[in-house]
Amino acid sequence: MSKLRMVQNFFQGAQESRLVRTFQNLFSKILIISIPYGWHILFFLIPFAIVFFLSFSQSVLQSPPYLPIMEFLDESFINIRLNIGNYKALWHDSIYINSYIESIRTALIATLGCLLLGYPLAYGITQSTPIARTIFLMLVILPFWTSFLVRVYAWMGILGSGGPVNSLLMNLGIISEPIAILNTNFAVILGLIYSYLPFMVLPLYASLEKIDRTLLEAAYDLGCKPFTAFFKIVVPLSYRGIVGGSMLVFIPGVGEYVIPALLGGSDSLMIGKVLWNEFFVNHDWPLAAALVMTLFSFLVIPLILLQKSLSRIQGEEA
Amino acid sequence: MALADRPSSILEPWQDPKAIPYIEMENVSISYGGVMAVNNVSLSIYKGELFCLLGPSGCGKTTLLRILGGFEIPTSGRIYIDGVDYTKVPAYERPVNMMFQSYALFPHMSVEQNVAFGLKQEGMAKNLIRDKVQEILQLVQMSSYAARKPHQLSGGQRQRVALARCLVKKPKLVLLDEPLGALDKQLREQTQFELVNIQEKLGVTFVMVTHDQEEAMTMATRIGVMEEGRLRQVGKPTEVYEYPNSLYVADFIGEMNIFEGIVTEEESDHILVHCEQAACDIYISHAASAPVGASVSVAIRPEKVRITTEEMPLGRNVTKGIVREIAYLGDVSIYHVILPSGQKVLASMSNQFRLAERPINWDDEVWISWRPESGVILTA
Repeated sequence: MSKLRMVQNFFQGAQESRLVRTFQNLFSKILIISIPYGWHILFFLIPFAIVFFLSFSQSVLQSPPYLPIMEFLDESFINIRLNIGNYKALWHDSIYINSYIESIRTALIATLGCLLLGYPLAYGITQSTPIARTIFLMLVILPFWTSFLVRVYAWMGILGSGGPVNSLLMNLGIISEPIAILNTNFAVILGLIYSYLPFMVLPLYASLEKIDRTLLEAAYDLGCKPFTAFFKIVVPLSYRGIVGGSMLVFIPGVGEYVIPALLGGSDSLMIGKVLWNEFFVNHDWPLAAALVMTLFSFLVIPLILLQKSLSRIQGEEA
Repeated sequence: MALADRPSSILEPWQDPKAIPYIEMENVSISYGGVMAVNNVSLSIYKGELFCLLGPSGCGKTTLLRILGGFEIPTSGRIYIDGVDYTKVPAYERPVNMMFQSYALFPHMSVEQNVAFGLKQEGMAKNLIRDKVQEILQLVQMSSYAARKPHQLSGGQRQRVALARCLVKKPKLVLLDEPLGALDKQLREQTQFELVNIQEKLGVTFVMVTHDQEEAMTMATRIGVMEEGRLRQVGKPTEVYEYPNSLYVADFIGEMNIFEGIVTEEESDHILVHCEQAACDIYISHAASAPVGASVSVAIRPEKVRITTEEMPLGRNVTKGIVREIAYLGDVSIYHVILPSGQKVLASMSNQFRLAERPINWDDEVWISWRPESGVILTA
């Protein structure tokens, strides 16, 4: 009898310790998950919520330059005023719509430029010897070692009327007097392509590098010429890299402020510049917030669609 | 072991001096940075053959296959397929299709698209492509998987798709690089026969690379044994097994007992070798070109060695020893017999009796003997 009880106690003890272990596991899981979640809540969700509510408030000439949307009238009443006038204003003034279109157009051209330049570059790197590959990848990343701002300033010098580009063209006799390259849309696109090229090359390289070379040989074997094989095998299989790289260039490219401000002309209407003006020149914080929210919803929808198509492909490759 | 009952329609064209080889390699060599991966290989393969290149890894067999496929251009030598010089023709213009070891199925295409890929390159009409793809998928029993992507298939199914993709273009030559290497043993054995059946049905010429000698013996019409870029022996499975031309081939294919000795008698119908190690004279009842006094190696397969505990008169082809080890393999047991000279002799015996009734035991004194035709003289 006592033996039986001992056995029972033993099993109960085992169960208890298992319960403790389960709790410990759960706790450590929560701890691990809470770090990225906490980061996101603190640095993304809360600022995002502030901007979101700001976009519904009213602009006033005081500090801070907006009215709170919630007011405690007394103990039991809360007055919430949602002002959609900011959003309405966006549609009524063509400057905002035009700057959206202009930003998206510029970012699209820059993305395409990065893709056309970056794809052969990334493919070339995958085809080189392992040592050369490391060197080339280092060269791609190297510009990050200097400040982004300094590099854009450098372009001002390069493209300016007394800069090397103009003097070269003049020395070659192609032009007789300096042409305006700086402060044009062309300069903005050039600056965007230059600055964002590594963001295109790296994901492209990562996806191209994974492609099994025997697949190309199999294509040749089945009667496919190298050029055709490249478009039928390599390009479709690097789809993830193309989409990933394009997203990394396009999304920050749309909202880019520094490059259009430094390289673009006074007439260039990129949304980043308009935003800056609204915030710091006009002090219309609610309108600027509404601009941001609209831009965000413009970008987030294609982003979700792309993410979906990516996860579909991921399933195929697994 | 071999598929001995191949239909008589497949004769042995290599025996016929008038037969024209379908694929001819003339003194083909390829070197990478001074290393000869393929060294002066000349080989004729005939229409409808299933030729097997056999050798250990790194012997150059895959390189030779890739030369045939047009993926490597030989440093010297020529390659003719059906009388046309294809030495420098790139892979995409050769009437040759290869089944890669990894199968190399296009992961972004369905089974049907994979198989149709080669036909599309020819610019064939769409409905014709569809018919051909269906036909070939039926042949490899993959019709019901036409819409699947490669990642949704098992290893055996992928292998079938890869085969279908090779065959659908009706190439003059199909190259198979370790076609069954990725399959498990049971599936491999079953697939060996299917592959041979399909090859015979279509009458296509196959050249296959393998390191698995059993696979080569089962499937091939002829085997080419390679060592360090050279072809050491070419012949039917039975020839290569029964009459290896060198120690290397004898050792590579199956187990072999090797005795060293000196020729004491050489006649047109027999040869006699005195062997100290075996403590007896070895009488071989077929001619071999080895002059009297030459030191030679005699190879005898373990399954040709008879082993018994009953006393036998010692003499030609009979000696005695002590059983040191018994390896029980299920269907056969292999006895390791140590002769008084210290030489180890392997003798295999099929397990006709249950284990408990096994008549020979460890440390038994046994007499071993072999028939006069069992020995093979190796001079190289």
